[in-house]
Amino acid sequence: MSQDLELGLYVFVLATFLGLEIIRRVSPLLHTPLMSLTNAISAITIVGSILVAGEQKTTLSTVLGSIAVACSMINIVGGYLITYRMLRMFRKSGKNRP
Amino acid sequence: MIDRAIPLLYLGAAVSFILALKWLSAVPTARRGVIVGAAGMALAVAGTLLKPEIESYRWIAVAFVAGTVIGVPMAMMPMTAVPQRTALSHAFGALAAALVGTAEFYLKAPAIDRFTMGALALEVLLGFLTFTASLMAFGKLQEILPPRPITWKSQNLLNFTLLGLAAASGAYLVARPEAAWLFPVFGALALAFGVMLVIPIGGADMPTVISLLNSYAGLSAAAMGFVLNNKLLIIAGALDGSSGFILSVIMCRAMNRSFTNVLFGAFGQAQASAGASGERRAARSATPEEAAGILHVASRVIVVPGYGMAVAQAQHKVRELYDVLTKAGVDVRFAIHPVAGRMPGHMNVLLAEANIPYDRLVEMEDVNSDFPQADVALVIGANDVTNPAARHDRNSPIYGMPILDVDKARTVMVIKRSMSPGFAGIENELYYLDRTLMVFGDAKSVVGNIVKEFAGGT
Repeated sequence: MSQDLELGLYVFVLATFLGLEIIRRVSPLLHTPLMSLTNAISAITIVGSILVAGEQKTTLSTVLGSIAVACSMINIVGGYLITYRMLRMFRKSGKNRP
Repeated sequence: MIDRAIPLLYLGAAVSFILALKWLSAVPTARRGVIVGAAGMALAVAGTLLKPEIESYRWIAVAFVAGTVIGVPMAMMPMTAVPQRTALSHAFGALAAALVGTAEFYLKAPAIDRFTMGALALEVLLGFLTFTASLMAFGKLQEILPPRPITWKSQNLLNFTLLGLAAASGAYLVARPEAAWLFPVFGALALAFGVMLVIPIGGADMPTVISLLNSYAGLSAAAMGFVLNNKLLIIAGALDGSSGFILSVIMCRAMNRSFTNVLFGAFGQAQASAGASGERRAARSATPEEAAGILHVASRVIVVPGYGMAVAQAQHKVRELYDVLTKAGVDVRFAIHPVAGRMPGHMNVLLAEANIPYDRLVEMEDVNSDFPQADVALVIGANDVTNPAARHDRNSPIYGMPILDVDKARTVMVIKRSMSPGFAGIENELYYLDRTLMVFGDAKSVVGNIVKEFAGGT
C-alpha cells in the first residue's frame, strides 16, 4: 500500500466517524437544511473540476471540466443560499420574523 | 511560495466544513454554520484557482457565471418545491464528479496505477448512477413522471444484472486500464442502473431515497479525493456521505423497513392483500362549521400535518388557524412524523415558512405521550403515519411502523379530499373510529373555512 493511499484511508475513516458523531446531534427539525448544506459542501467537487477545466490538456477534458465547474457552482450558490433562506424562517414563539 | 499556502487554505476549508455541520445542530447557531460553510468553500475555490497547473481561466470564468445564473433561481424556489430542488442538486453534484472522473480517465489511462483506477471507477460509477437516479427522483417529485411505483416481475433480476455488469466492467478496467473502449460501456451501464433503481420507488419512499442519493453523491466526491490525492475532497465527501447515511437510517427506522426493502421491495405490491380486508363501515363526516364548534370548546389541540398539506399549499391557512386558536387561549402544537412529506424535515421548513414558531413543532417520540390529554387531534393531509393498524394488525403492510397515536386524542378530525386510501394503498382504520370526524375537501379551503367559522363564532 502506498503512503498516499494509507493516509487517504485514515483521513476517510476518521472523517466518516466524525461526520456520524456530528450529524447524529443535528435536531430532526433541521433535517432539510442539513441536507441542503451537505449538498452544498459536496460541491467541493469544484476543486477537481477547476483543475481539469483549467489545465487545458485536451479539448475533451476542458469541455467536461467546464461543465463540471458549472454544475458544482450551481450547487455552491444554490445550496448555501437556500439553506440560509430556510434557516431565516425558523423563529421562536413571541418573536416576529425580522 | 503560493504552493505552500494552498494546503493551508484547504485545511482551513476542511475545518470550516466541520464547524458548519456542528453549528447546524441547533437553530440558534445554524445560520452561523451556513456562513462558515460558505467561507470554507470560498477558501477551497481560491486555493484551487491559485494552483500553478491552471493554464487558462477563460472557461472557468464562463462556467462560474453559468453556474451562478442557474444556481440563484434554484435557491429562490418555494419551500413546497424543496424535495424536487434537492433531488436536482444531487444530480448536478453527481454529474460533476462523474465528468471529472471521465476526463481524468482519458487523461491518465493507460498509465494509471491500480489503486487510482479503482477510486476513479468508483467515482464514475457512483457519479453516473446518482445522476440518473436523482433525475428520476426529480421527475417523480415534480410529477413529470408518474409518482407511483412501477414494478414488474423480473425487475430485481434485471437491476442486479445491470449492477453486476457495471461492477464487472469497472473491475476489468481496473485490471486493464488500456481497454479504453470499455469505459463508455461502463458509464452507460451506471447511467442505466440509476434509472432502473428509482423506477420501482414511490413517493412515500422518497425521503429514504433522497437521503441515500445524498450519501452516494458525497462518496463519489470522496472517491475523487482519492484519485486526485486531495484530503479536503476526502473529508468533505466523507462528511456528506455519513450525513446521507444517517438520514437514510433514520428514515428507514421511521418506516420500520430495511434498506434492501426500500430499494428492492416496492411498496406498491402490498396493495392487493390490504385492499380486500375489512367490511364496509361508515365514517362520520362533519362540516367546517361543526369542526370550528369543536375547536371552540377545546383547550389542547395537536395538528398532524402530512404531504397532503404541502400538495394543497395549505400551510399559510394552517398558520391562520394557529393564530386564531392561540389568541383564543388554545394550546396548539404540531406533531411531526420523521417521514411526513417527501424528504427529511420537509414539514418543519413548510411550517417555518408559514411563520409558525419552531418551538411548537414536536417530534414523534416527544408528542406521542401527549395525545391522550389532547382534546382534538387535527390531521391535515397525513394518512399512513396515523394508521393504528401499524400497532396491532400483523397482516397490515405497515405493521410495526412507528406512528403518531392520534387515535388516543378525545376527538380526531381528519381533513381529507376523499375516503381514498393513502399512498401505500392501505385503508386507514382511524377514519372509522367513533371519535373520528372526517372533514372532506381541499385542505386549503377547508382550513380557511374553519378559520372563518371560528373567528365568526366568537
